[in-house]
Amino acid sequence: MAEKLQELTGLTYRGLKEIKGSLIMIEGIEDVGYDEIVRIRAPDGVERMGRVLEVGHGRAVIQVFGREIGLQINSIVGFSGSVFKIPLSEDILGRIFNGVGEPIDGAPKIISKDKYDINGMPINPVARIYPEEFIQTGISAIDGPLSLVRGQKLPIFSESGMPHNRIVAQIAKQATVRGKKEEFALVFAAIGQRSDEARFFIEQFKSTGALERSVVVMNLADDPAVERLFTPRIALTMAEYLAFDLGIHVLTILSDMTNYCEALREMSAAREEVPSRKGYPGYLYSDLASIYERAGKVKGRKGSLTQMPILTMPGGDLHHPIPDLTGYITEGQIFLDRDLFARGIYPPINVLPSLSRLMRSGIGEDKTREDHRSVADQLYYFYSMGMKARDLSRIVGEMSLSETEGRYLKFADAFERRFINQDENENRPIEKTLDIAWELLAMFPEDNLVRIEKKYIEKYGRRMRVNAPI
Amino acid sequence: MEKHGRKGDISWISGSVVAAHGINDVEMGEIVEVGEEGLIGEVIRIKDEEFIVEIYENTSGLKPGEPVIASGKRLVAELGPGLLNNILDGIGRPLEAILKQKGPFITRGVKISTLPRNKKWHFKPTAMVGGLVEGGDIIGTTKETNMIDHKITVPPETNGKIVALEEGDFTVDDPIGKLETVSGIVPLRMMQEWPVRLPRPFQARLASDEPLVTGQRVIDVFFPISKGGTAAIPGGFGTGKTVMLHQLARWSNTQVVVYIGCGERGNEMCEVATDFPKLKDPRTGYPLMERTFLLANTSNMPVAAREASIYYGITVAEYYRDQGYDVSIMADSTSRWAEALREVSGRLEEMPVESGYPAYLPDRVAEFYERAGRVRTLGKPQRDGSVTVIGAVSPPGGDFNEPVTIHTLRFTGVFWALDADLAYSRHFPAIQWLKSYSLYANRLLSAWAQSFSDYSGQLQSWWKDFHQLFPELRDKALAVLNESSEIESIAKIIGENALPDDQRLILLTADTLKEGFLRQFAFDKVDSFCEPEKQFLLLKMMTDFHDQASVLIKNRVPIIKISSLPELQKMKRIKQDEGGIAAIRQLMEQCHKELRRIGEEYRVSSGV
Repeated sequence: MAEKLQELTGLTYRGLKEIKGSLIMIEGIEDVGYDEIVRIRAPDGVERMGRVLEVGHGRAVIQVFGREIGLQINSIVGFSGSVFKIPLSEDILGRIFNGVGEPIDGAPKIISKDKYDINGMPINPVARIYPEEFIQTGISAIDGPLSLVRGQKLPIFSESGMPHNRIVAQIAKQATVRGKKEEFALVFAAIGQRSDEARFFIEQFKSTGALERSVVVMNLADDPAVERLFTPRIALTMAEYLAFDLGIHVLTILSDMTNYCEALREMSAAREEVPSRKGYPGYLYSDLASIYERAGKVKGRKGSLTQMPILTMPGGDLHHPIPDLTGYITEGQIFLDRDLFARGIYPPINVLPSLSRLMRSGIGEDKTREDHRSVADQLYYFYSMGMKARDLSRIVGEMSLSETEGRYLKFADAFERRFINQDENENRPIEKTLDIAWELLAMFPEDNLVRIEKKYIEKYGRRMRVNAPI
Repeated sequence: MEKHGRKGDISWISGSVVAAHGINDVEMGEIVEVGEEGLIGEVIRIKDEEFIVEIYENTSGLKPGEPVIASGKRLVAELGPGLLNNILDGIGRPLEAILKQKGPFITRGVKISTLPRNKKWHFKPTAMVGGLVEGGDIIGTTKETNMIDHKITVPPETNGKIVALEEGDFTVDDPIGKLETVSGIVPLRMMQEWPVRLPRPFQARLASDEPLVTGQRVIDVFFPISKGGTAAIPGGFGTGKTVMLHQLARWSNTQVVVYIGCGERGNEMCEVATDFPKLKDPRTGYPLMERTFLLANTSNMPVAAREASIYYGITVAEYYRDQGYDVSIMADSTSRWAEALREVSGRLEEMPVESGYPAYLPDRVAEFYERAGRVRTLGKPQRDGSVTVIGAVSPPGGDFNEPVTIHTLRFTGVFWALDADLAYSRHFPAIQWLKSYSLYANRLLSAWAQSFSDYSGQLQSWWKDFHQLFPELRDKALAVLNESSEIESIAKIIGENALPDDQRLILLTADTLKEGFLRQFAFDKVDSFCEPEKQFLLLKMMTDFHDQASVLIKNRVPIIKISSLPELQKMKRIKQDEGGIAAIRQLMEQCHKELRRIGEEYRVSSGV
């Protein structure tokens, strides 16, 4: 009961001045703080949450979450006296919450005296530990050229209709840090997702037994758009709690950040703010950063927080503000390619525009294998040459390619078919991934492998030559 | 100081912008403490009774009616020993101290001064008691780090007679002496303050024809920057801006480096803070951190402080310049600073022009880059110093046709254009040689000889013979690269096999240049820093090869004879060879020999 009381400590008022979309103005109030959470009860009996956007002497502008339909001027507004906080305890593991952090799995509420501000606090840059523990996802296209490390934020840039959910489910299932047995948990935030997508994930987690080690925060496509502004923040507050308070290694999946940005634009338009590109607010970058930067490892705390946001690029456009600004904040990106998808390659990851910025620190001797970096570099180079040759062959025909160009083209095909392509249930250890790479590199004379040190060619390359595709 | 403590209260809060009233004589740019927690803000607009404050911290929970206290001061930087080897937030609070006091997360209302107040520095006077001094005069030194003697100067716009000056161990607050001025006797301290938005004064601007040696081949040879010059690095995400700036901060031959992480990733600042203490300066052997000053306002830290961090950084740079040092400043990224301007402008409901940016954006950009330059400083003894400004720009969608990039290019002398296609094929640094330019190139080329020999510490005989050649080799290499891009576009249509042999040779040389010269591994032990002599030799090896092979091709030697030479592949890798310069010389010899052999085989003699 104590909790209920605390929620109602703020003052309660009846009567609004104006209702404009999801914004309401109220006058005659006292002692209200900026960013404070309010509860609004309209005569229709539905209780909605809201947040103070602007406040002056005796008046405030409040943003309402939930449906504005049914709101009336004589609604009741109760001020909570604090910013948005959620109670957290170990009991959140294995639970399912809605987009504003209320349990929806039928089990009781989380009771705890520790309440956490969902906006979190920025990690002091000097308190960070530079991420360098390789996470093996078992997917060659990621482990080989785009290695993920603990504490990284690595988004998947996808398009509608592509299998990003399957890839993420596979990663969630297979991800391990080699040679270590440590506590691991998954936090999944469904942001404006279709109910079938959300169900897919929950069933995946159930079937692998991962649900006990998971927290699901779910805002579905037909839930109020404004609530989406909270969903990732609630999920990350839970993830930070698990990682930095309980010392668990947490992988957080945010799907789909595009829906979040749409909601942000909607709010910004309602507030009549000066729009920047494509109607998104000028602060989209800072706002996204306040979400994505909540990843990493912190000195003196045992756990880690790794983030994999998913976003569907509107119209497949990489230069759209959402993927563009995301790419400027995150530590790389995994780019899914419609062309590869159409040719039946799974996962359809195009490694050329993809990147993992923290890969360098997580690979090499003692971490993966000493030849990892140079092999990845060489694959990149040949594949990019292969793509050029492929373009050329479309114009002049394959017959007119020079011998080298022809070889590049063959390499590109083999690379996609044998290296990128793998089964949804296949879990390839990193050695297997690198060995496949060497088999492909054997298509070239040793002299051509200019990005690989001689000693590695001798140590790893020679034995693979027998398996060359040609 | 007597103005400190004037009190008003908050009337309206909207995000980081707060309106307040109750202080009539508040000044534009004045620092105020807002709310019960004393959040730090700056006055950015004044009207009738009310004034608007931009707050540098998160404003959640702030209430109307809470107090606002004006400090009587503008946003100032504390300048004195203890800046180097340090990492501060956007408004000058040391992050290590915040970590110790508040734990790993940054809370608000933290008040910690920039320079440690308890640390004692050994001060050695160089000025005489009884001497007349004026603003900028050096009165003594203290060893700030192994690499830097911190010169203690009389603050600008101060003059008088020294009536006391002592050697000894002092904190930055302790008086080290006394100065008799027209308005009475004032204490002299090791620390001074300067408002960050005002450029520090100097005597005169000087021409700048000394190159900044960066050890990065594509920069030093093709698009050099002078000490005191300005450069812009625009590039979409993933094109390597940050790695490039880290490289410049590591290896540039300035005595002091100021690195501003402005609205970028926390892990990147963490990388600098962990790496730099371990990396050694190639000239002095001391840890790079001992000459480095870091400012970190990461993208999740408050936006308003981002705007201030740029000015803070350049003020510190100017302060070391005024001691007579060459300083370089790297700002990553100026786009985030411009966006912070835009955000505040939006909250003030100013009329936006392009892409929502305020109309004064170009003025602000110009003001910032104009604080670069080589100058004769104020004060005695006579000395020169420089501030080189290198700014990363993050254009939306990687498209350079956007306000921040356009205005930055108007006010900078060097343009290093980062290219997504190069980055995708992992060609780093992804500086596109066809689009980039350096307005300093012509002036600097003649000065190369001198500064290179200075760099290696001795005037070597080989360099005397060869430095004249340098501009010619550079032009030759650039011509090959330019021509090859034209030929490539033809080859795209008809296929490489259909090209005549002389054109195929150009493609071959261009490929060698790209792979063996332009491409440089930031994370390779050997290749990360390429000393000038090595740069020159690599360039000479490749252009010589081209010249000699051209003669063969003209004499109808088939291209396959040349393209199948194993030396070609070796040229691409030799930059990483641990044998260094000796190995390159040996390979050069070998190339000559091979080409001569082919020449003999085909009875070509001339020029080979």
